[in-house]
Amino acid sequence: MSTATTDNATDGAQLRPVADNLSELLVSREQPPRPSALSASLTFGWRAMLKIKHVPEQLFDVTLFPIIMTLMFTYLFGGALAGSPTEYLQYLLPGIMVMSVIMTTMYTGVSVNTDIQKGVFDRFRTMPVWRPSPMVGYLLGDALRYTVASVVILIVGLIMGFRPEGGPLGVLAGIALLVAFSFSFSWIWTMFGLLLRSDKSVMGVSMMVLFPMTFLSNILVQPDTMPGWLQGFVEVNPVAHLVAAVRDLMAGHVNAAELTWTVVAGAVLMLVFGSLTMRIYNRK
Amino acid sequence: MTDPHAPAVETNGLVKIYGDNRAVDGVDMTVPKGAVYGVLGPNGAGKTTTVKMLATLLRPDGGTAHVFGHDVRTEAAAVRRRVAMTGQYASLDEDLTGLENLTLLGRLTGYHKRDARARGEQLLTAFGLEEAADRQVKKYSGGMRRRADIAASLLNVPDLLFLDEPTTGLDPRSRNQVWEIIRTIVATGTTVLLTTQYLEEADQLANRIAVIDHGKVIAEGTPGELKSSVGAGAVHVRLRDTGQREEARRLLAASLGADVELDADPVALTARISTTADDRAAAERASAALGELARAGVVVDDFSLGRPSLDEVFLALTGEKPAPDATAGDAGGPDAQDTTKATAGVAAVTEGTRA
Repeated sequence: MSTATTDNATDGAQLRPVADNLSELLVSREQPPRPSALSASLTFGWRAMLKIKHVPEQLFDVTLFPIIMTLMFTYLFGGALAGSPTEYLQYLLPGIMVMSVIMTTMYTGVSVNTDIQKGVFDRFRTMPVWRPSPMVGYLLGDALRYTVASVVILIVGLIMGFRPEGGPLGVLAGIALLVAFSFSFSWIWTMFGLLLRSDKSVMGVSMMVLFPMTFLSNILVQPDTMPGWLQGFVEVNPVAHLVAAVRDLMAGHVNAAELTWTVVAGAVLMLVFGSLTMRIYNRK
Repeated sequence: MTDPHAPAVETNGLVKIYGDNRAVDGVDMTVPKGAVYGVLGPNGAGKTTTVKMLATLLRPDGGTAHVFGHDVRTEAAAVRRRVAMTGQYASLDEDLTGLENLTLLGRLTGYHKRDARARGEQLLTAFGLEEAADRQVKKYSGGMRRRADIAASLLNVPDLLFLDEPTTGLDPRSRNQVWEIIRTIVATGTTVLLTTQYLEEADQLANRIAVIDHGKVIAEGTPGELKSSVGAGAVHVRLRDTGQREEARRLLAASLGADVELDADPVALTARISTTADDRAAAERASAALGELARAGVVVDDFSLGRPSLDEVFLALTGEKPAPDATAGDAGGPDAQDTTKATAGVAAVTEGTRA
């Protein structure tokens, strides 16, 4: 970057007293107690907030992208599938919200990978903190991004005529479930972020996984008209179960079966990919 | 319990393999407490890989390594509590400001937010960075970045500080600043393990040096010991009259018992004193030789007694000039990434020999 500032002339003058000052600062070898797992994770989450503050452009993918998705699919398929865009929106909105947020999760892997390449990761790895805390920190920051994306879509939807029967409580519960699931789901990307060599390959793998998982589901259409084998895939696709659960919550029902499916799937994903992530993180 | 007399670092046959490249191939090293220990070698020699294993960033594939008596493999958490590492590449978040970085890392070492910030401010001030505290690190110059990076390693004063090529790519003034900082840190009792490809840097800072090449320690000792292993130095003489050069050469060779080279400059000669004599004897013999020249009527315009540089040590040990870019190619490990810095390394090495 051309913006790099050179040490200015006053720099040398300031350096003279450095030695005395510095030794005073290094006299005390008292160490504060190790931070707790929670406090370390929250601190890493705070870092994610600071990054948003300094690079607000990164919010484009949780604001503009979801708006485009919602507008595009509502007006593209609305007339053909449900008679009118407004009619279709009632069905589509919870699904498109899930789709946008799940698509956004891949940036977790990209940021992990970028940090590794920049070297700041080595600093974190030599710190005596709870080992998973840097990863949890990324995901806490990302959970905020998921919430932003959900709220943006909700507002756009409401403007376009989305009228959820579940009321504020149902919508809130739906968003909460979505954000919680996405938090668990993102561990797939922390693993790939650690495993793959460049952020480009992380993106590539993410797309390969995310496109089928979101499109081959009940997000855009009811699976009834799909061929049997595809319906079989939708049956076991956790994203489809999440969509069903969120859709029902927003419509005012608690669908215990779908909810259980979603929670169990989230727990399994976090357990499997969380432990793989930490294994790679420790062994790297 | 750990032995309070355990050295800062002790490795035995340490090995790291990448594919079929033995990046670190049986390193034995003992770093005493409270001094600067230099690990000197060209790019791709295995310096960074060794340090990364000691800092618990990489798992050794063979051999043992202990830091203050703690096994880096089985007691990694205990090691991490006593060490800090400043890598070759800024180990700070470039998007955040200097102060935010230090506050973040301060909180991770256990300070409350306010204390972390205060400690960060004090350190940045001590490093002459108070005006840059609220600027993003990506806008820092190389020297500022390196200082901020070292400051981040001192939030908790570590017992052992790893500095991986701390001055690579810095201009001479920034390099001197970093040297001064390193001397101050050591004076407060922290052990510093410094890797460098700059021979002058190891000479300036280190109490002991391990010379490493192709993943092995090929020599170890104080800078003085390493130098005396290749001889006491060289006498450089400049004559007024080029016609007297042959005579001067004969006289110097007889007096010093050494080979005398004719330099490219038609009035200059260099005599290498190849014995292991100490400096004083070398100086005495050089002045005696000059006396011989004066008595024979050879007019000497200028002379100097150069101590052997670590360049010459390296040459003597490996039989090849330390050429960073020549060796970088055979490294498959992280050291291979050094290649981009190689040109800067060559420049500094050249500068080092002249000093």
